[in-house]
Amino acid sequence: MQDLWHNYKAVLIGLAVVVLGVMMSIIIVPEDQQAVVIQGGKPVRVYNAFDPKRDFGQTDAGVHWRIPGYERVERIDKRLLSVDMQSQQVLSTDQQRLNVDAYARYRIIDPVKMVQAAGTTERVTQQLEPILSSVVRQELGKRTFQSLLTAERGKAMANIRDLLDREAHEYGAQVVDVRIKRADLPEGALASAFTRMEAARQEEAKTITAKGQRDAQIIRAGAEAQAAKIYADAYGKDPAFYDFYRAMQSYRVAFVKDDTAKTFLLSPDNAYLKHFRAP
Amino acid sequence: MAGHNSPWGGGGSGSDENGGEDKPGEDTPGKEGGPRNPWLPSGETPPRRSASIEDIFRGRDRRKSGGGPRGPGGFPPLPRRPGGKSWLPMGIGLVVAVLLGLSMFHMVGPKEQGIVTMFGKYARLIDSGISMTLPWPIERVDIEDVRSFRVDMIPDNDSEKLMLTSDKNLVDLSYLVRWNIKNLKDYKFRLADPQETVREVAEAAMRASIAQISLNDAISGAGRAQVEQDVRERMQRILDYYKSGVAVQGVEIKKADPPAKTKAAFEQVTVAQQEAERDRSEARAWAQQQLASAQGNASQFDKVYEQYKLAPEVTKRRMYYETMEGVLRDNDTVVAEAKGVTPYLPLPEMKRRGEELPSTTVTAKGGQ
Repeated sequence: MQDLWHNYKAVLIGLAVVVLGVMMSIIIVPEDQQAVVIQGGKPVRVYNAFDPKRDFGQTDAGVHWRIPGYERVERIDKRLLSVDMQSQQVLSTDQQRLNVDAYARYRIIDPVKMVQAAGTTERVTQQLEPILSSVVRQELGKRTFQSLLTAERGKAMANIRDLLDREAHEYGAQVVDVRIKRADLPEGALASAFTRMEAARQEEAKTITAKGQRDAQIIRAGAEAQAAKIYADAYGKDPAFYDFYRAMQSYRVAFVKDDTAKTFLLSPDNAYLKHFRAP
Repeated sequence: MAGHNSPWGGGGSGSDENGGEDKPGEDTPGKEGGPRNPWLPSGETPPRRSASIEDIFRGRDRRKSGGGPRGPGGFPPLPRRPGGKSWLPMGIGLVVAVLLGLSMFHMVGPKEQGIVTMFGKYARLIDSGISMTLPWPIERVDIEDVRSFRVDMIPDNDSEKLMLTSDKNLVDLSYLVRWNIKNLKDYKFRLADPQETVREVAEAAMRASIAQISLNDAISGAGRAQVEQDVRERMQRILDYYKSGVAVQGVEIKKADPPAKTKAAFEQVTVAQQEAERDRSEARAWAQQQLASAQGNASQFDKVYEQYKLAPEVTKRRMYYETMEGVLRDNDTVVAEAKGVTPYLPLPEMKRRGEELPSTTVTAKGGQ
């Protein structure tokens, strides 16, 4: 071992220097990064730049070379990045307040421009956030509360995305999508919304009760009408006999012997007693 | 295995960024300031001084020449090769070779898929089973579970999550999203944070869908299946647009309640509904009774009438007498009706008797 060292000292050191040199001049670019090679402050080459047409495996990710010491490498995320907007209040045209929480998704499509304008993706995110905020406020402020909630949202979002995209191009970024994550009522409006909901429910409860009673009455009336028809059909065959027949039944019930009886004085001319006199 | 973008082990990624700066002494033999050599007997090393190459070989020489005095913490002498040389370099070489060899084999579980990158560049996908790749610094494998469903609960605790409905009401909603990876390449390389993206997209899609239906539809469950379907499709559309490689397998609304503060009012509605239903069914019962009794009475009359028609006079008389019989027997006062007879009404007596036993008096006053 010692002999080896003594005999090949120069070779070994030379080998180490070569290995070190290779390691310093090699750049490994993974699929999810773009690498900009900067020559004394001036970007000269880009490896694995974003290109929607090239699938993974056909990109120029992998091993690349640089001149150590002279060329610097800036690595930039190639993936879809997110800008999260802090919740903020938006005033709709009908003077209603809404707390809106939005996010945007963007990617770096021009790494050279981005390196020159912002430096890092974190800086881009920081720059885009206030822009997103103001664009959201501005765009949503043109709409009524109701249209914020429903279908028109899609169009508003597209407008916001286009506005933000224009700004983002300054940083070599492309805004892919902007979406409202949450749209909530602010604290004060929340309380009044609860009160309104309660009132609406009470109204509904009363309406339901009243409708129930109405339906019950209708059902009873219908039954009475039907019963009347049945009676009329049957008794109509001989009204005179019915008169007699029913009177007989009625007397049995009316003059029954029980505890609740009362004393009435009736004239014999009374219509009820007609059949009392003669069949 | 190693740092994310360093196939060369520690310090690899630094090598690009620090330009021409020197590498740490680890890789530069002959330089002072490298790490302490663990193989060196500690008793012989001057304290706080790291080993240089010379030191290493000096120590080894001593061992070779029959072993000098050892310090108390020294290593036991290693076995020698026949030529009198140390096994140590060979041993290290063997361990490295075995580790590299092991890094060529990859076990991919039945639900998993592996993505192979060669110097950071996508090479191929490997499926379940045992696969071989080039050893570690050249090819790397990332194994990810792609088939089992991941479940995201939103919100992830039991707190109230209020959403606005189309009629500006609020509903307290919690739901879960089931998803898996349909394209591992996209999932790995396209999005900065795919899991958070799924959650955010779910949130945006759910709110958009809820904002299109009324509170009643949201709560009653009538619109629930529709909302779940809508949200799933909407999420899939957005995630495909992002090329996220995520497949949304299902969205399930677990709870859609009115806000806690308005619960009492909502219960009133339920009570009212039950009351209304009770009123209706009572009315229906009464109606049935009425109809049944009408039918009964009518058919009774019909039957009697049939007989009556066969012998009208007799039947009529018979009925009259039978009725009168009963009526007059049960009642004790009969006031006759005749011309010229002054009716006498023993009213005080009747009243007294009326208190004891019921009576019905029929008075005819025709004679006056």
